[in-house]
Amino acid sequence: MNKVYIYKGFERFWHWMQALLIIFLALTGFEIHGSFKFFGFENAVKFHIIAAYGFIILIAFAMFWHFTTGEWKQYIPTFNNIKAQLNYYIFGIFKNAPHPTRKTQLSKLNPLQRLTYLGLKIVVIPIMVSTGILYMLYRFPQGEGIRSFVVAGLDTIAILHTLGAFILIAFFISHLYLITTGTNIFTNLKAMITGYEDLDEHENHDEVVEQISENK
Amino acid sequence: MRKTIGLILLFVLPILAVVLVVNTDKPMPTKLDKLKEKYSKKHVPGVDHSKFAQLNKKFARPQDITLECISCHTERHTEIMQSTHWRWLSDEYMKGRGIVSIGKRNILNNHCISVGGNEGTCNRCHIGYGYDSKDFDFSKAENIDCLACHDNSGKYEKEKEAAGNPKPDLDFAYIAQHVGKPKMENCGYCHFNGGGGNNSKHGDLEEALYEASKEVDVHLAKDGANMQCIDCHEAENHKMEGRLYTMASMNRGRLECEKCHSSKPHNDDIVNEHTVKIACQTCHIPIYAKVNATKTHWDWSKAGDLKDGKPYDIKDKDGNEIYLSIKGAITWEKMLKPEYKWFDGTAQHHLLEDKITQVPLVLNPLNGDYDSPDAKIVPVKVMRSIQPYDPEFKTLVAPKLWDKEVGKGGYWKDFDWNTSIAKGMEYAGRPWSGKYGFVKTEMNWILNHMVSPKEKTVQCIECHTRDNSRLAEIKDVYIPGRDYNAWVDNFGIAAIVLTFLGVLSHGTIRIVYGKKNKVKNIEEEENNE
Ligand code: HEM
Repeated sequence: MNKVYIYKGFERFWHWMQALLIIFLALTGFEIHGSFKFFGFENAVKFHIIAAYGFIILIAFAMFWHFTTGEWKQYIPTFNNIKAQLNYYIFGIFKNAPHPTRKTQLSKLNPLQRLTYLGLKIVVIPIMVSTGILYMLYRFPQGEGIRSFVVAGLDTIAILHTLGAFILIAFFISHLYLITTGTNIFTNLKAMITGYEDLDEHENHDEVVEQISENK
Repeated sequence: MRKTIGLILLFVLPILAVVLVVNTDKPMPTKLDKLKEKYSKKHVPGVDHSKFAQLNKKFARPQDITLECISCHTERHTEIMQSTHWRWLSDEYMKGRGIVSIGKRNILNNHCISVGGNEGTCNRCHIGYGYDSKDFDFSKAENIDCLACHDNSGKYEKEKEAAGNPKPDLDFAYIAQHVGKPKMENCGYCHFNGGGGNNSKHGDLEEALYEASKEVDVHLAKDGANMQCIDCHEAENHKMEGRLYTMASMNRGRLECEKCHSSKPHNDDIVNEHTVKIACQTCHIPIYAKVNATKTHWDWSKAGDLKDGKPYDIKDKDGNEIYLSIKGAITWEKMLKPEYKWFDGTAQHHLLEDKITQVPLVLNPLNGDYDSPDAKIVPVKVMRSIQPYDPEFKTLVAPKLWDKEVGKGGYWKDFDWNTSIAKGMEYAGRPWSGKYGFVKTEMNWILNHMVSPKEKTVQCIECHTRDNSRLAEIKDVYIPGRDYNAWVDNFGIAAIVLTFLGVLSHGTIRIVYGKKNKVKNIEEEENNE
């Protein structure tokens, strides 16, 4: 076992800010959507928009960080071991089998995480941001604003934005659960707070995979 | 760790700063205070009519007063004679129809239906003397009733059922010496009482405005701006600003709040943006008929019930006539929420010769929808009635209701629709099949008065809500908080529920298996030993 510095300062900060903002955006957003009353419609709109600005700024910083540090490579999808990872979640995990993929500083996401997070980063979040910005720019036809850029109606924008919001919440629930599947329940949480995680220096990757197949 | 906290602060503080800046109400003493200042200065007349010898005499006829007026104000009568107030007719361009001359003279409504044939009583509210039939000479200047609008003595009054002539026993010399700019009392005499009683028609124009509090009307309020009708409805050469779309069709000569308040009077940008598609009145007149009730439904088919051969009427506890043998059953309501419609400044009108193609028949459909550039959502009082029509020719009919004498066909004396309609249609020069029935009609009365104090303005949530949204009837635009896509919502809720259940069962199995595995491991260990 080795204490490895796996989540850097900015990364952790980015993660937690994002978490806070998304929770807050979901809360205010679904109040705007009419799902419940909490802040009051007027405040919900105000707060949602302020948080949205925060979210956009955060995303700008995060993009900069990902590209300058090369961390974006962590999200390049890999189809190796996807089956193994699925097998692990469906079978292995119940038998205390070891994780099929090795977490290292250079590869801290398992193949399923890579796919999911990439999906969030290049599909869901961009949809939320772009529909959100269009929502804010909406000025009714013939209203004030940039003439050549008239958002004629909100239907499509609002419905896509809502769809994205639902997906984010579903993701959030499974995310909360899956972080408990580390070496023990709190391993992942602790790592995201302190940055450090105890990682096995696993001998050989393939060995682990075999092990899983045997366990079946 | 410290670095992280530092970074978090670096982000959170600017956001907090933004929140605080956005949330502080900027003081806006500018526009509203300037307006209050402007209207605190009351008009001081430049002449005192009581010093004019030619007004200090006995007037045999009210017309002689008019002639005295004209002797000094030499051209004013020509202005008046072109006005709608005088002509009861106006040349209007109506979409899809062209130019038509319409006005009180020939338009039907769903209150007392038609002026034609009933001039003797209706025309008490004409600004003339003796307009008792369609043969009235509109070119005769001496018949202009200057006093109806310019009497400042408060003593001038028109006689009932006398076609606009004043009561005979008035002190005309005194009245003629006390003339000036029109006051609310002059306008209200007719405009508050249209349709046969206070607040009967408009719902937002009534006698309570004479002594209004701010709650009732911020502009006219004695404890508020204390304004007069003509402060807003300014007139250049007797051409008043402001139109009523029960008769007007065109987008001209309108009076809009923006004239004084600008189109961006709010501190909040999002609220200012609303003004592109939502009229000021929509939010600022949350309720109307605040003091006295207004008519909302009128069933003419119930008219004609007699007791011992005599007409009777029934009043509710507030004194509103809810049944009259001569008029039928009437519903009065107060503290009403408006209905809301798109309106681009133009309206259609159902004319007497038009066929009825849709029931309820809307007598003055307002034009406009979300896509029309000028259209805004406006608050409307919708008057609903059941009124006589010709089931064979599929047209409305204009019954003769009033006459001084029995046996002349006036329904209010004879209670016979057949003679009443026959006489009325003959007078209007329109054919009638000889049959009558009753048809549902609606009329749109756009609300402009009884503006509430800003604290009472319609709140966001009253429209942006799923249930009972004030704008429930506005269906051609997506309104956040009111609208949603059912598929997306169902999919979303299903996704959340399924994820949750999935996570729950996965977790449960993990716990159960975890325990088993532990037992197994221990057993194995024991076995090994
Ligand atoms: C940069 C990101 C975002 C921007 C710019 C943004 C902007 C907006 C705006 C302007 C509105 C409409 C408010 C109004 O009525 O005026 C809105 C509504 C909403 N937002 Fe966002 N938002 C963002 C992110 C999110 C996120 C992350 C969520 C949820 C997790 C979310 C959930 C919602 C929901 C549910 C609505 C209500 C949609 C409706 O019913 O029409 N938003 N957003």
